[in-house]
Amino acid sequence: MDTGTIMEQVKVQIAVANAQELLQRMTDKCFKKCIGKPGGTLDNSEQKCIAMCMDRYMDAWNTVSRAYNSRLQRERARI
Amino acid sequence: MAFDLSSASASANAEASELQRMIAVEQQKAQFQAQVNTFTDVCWDKCMDKPSSKLDSRTETCLASCVERFIDTTLTITNRFTHMAQKGGMH
Repeated sequence: MDTGTIMEQVKVQIAVANAQELLQRMTDKCFKKCIGKPGGTLDNSEQKCIAMCMDRYMDAWNTVSRAYNSRLQRERARI
Repeated sequence: MAFDLSSASASANAEASELQRMIAVEQQKAQFQAQVNTFTDVCWDKCMDKPSSKLDSRTETCLASCVERFIDTTLTITNRFTHMAQKGGMH
């Protein structure tokens, strides 16, 4: 197998693992925020809340990513 | 026809080293992602109230501060723990 193919597989596997981790945590948070006493189905307001929560979680993820990145750059600049 | 073994294995070594280097780069990226996942988890609990139609600036500031303070906490604990281990030893 050539280097290019191996690297593609490595990248895909890492991306899949990251996505799974992200979804797991997002589900945990949004379930806690949006579902009170579990009923017979997910009602309309619960569905809306979940959708909004997902968007906010992604926003939060991006904010955190920027903050972490700039902290890392600041630390590197000190060395 | 002369078969140049030495240059064949040299180029295989070079390819293996390049592969190792490229994998190390991907691992570093993955570590960054994993850390962002952890920070987001912790800081969501600290900073988010009711989910709304967008992140207000107070929440954004809280999230950024949370990341910084979490890292500071990690460093403080690491340093103090090292100090404790050197002084008293662990029982």
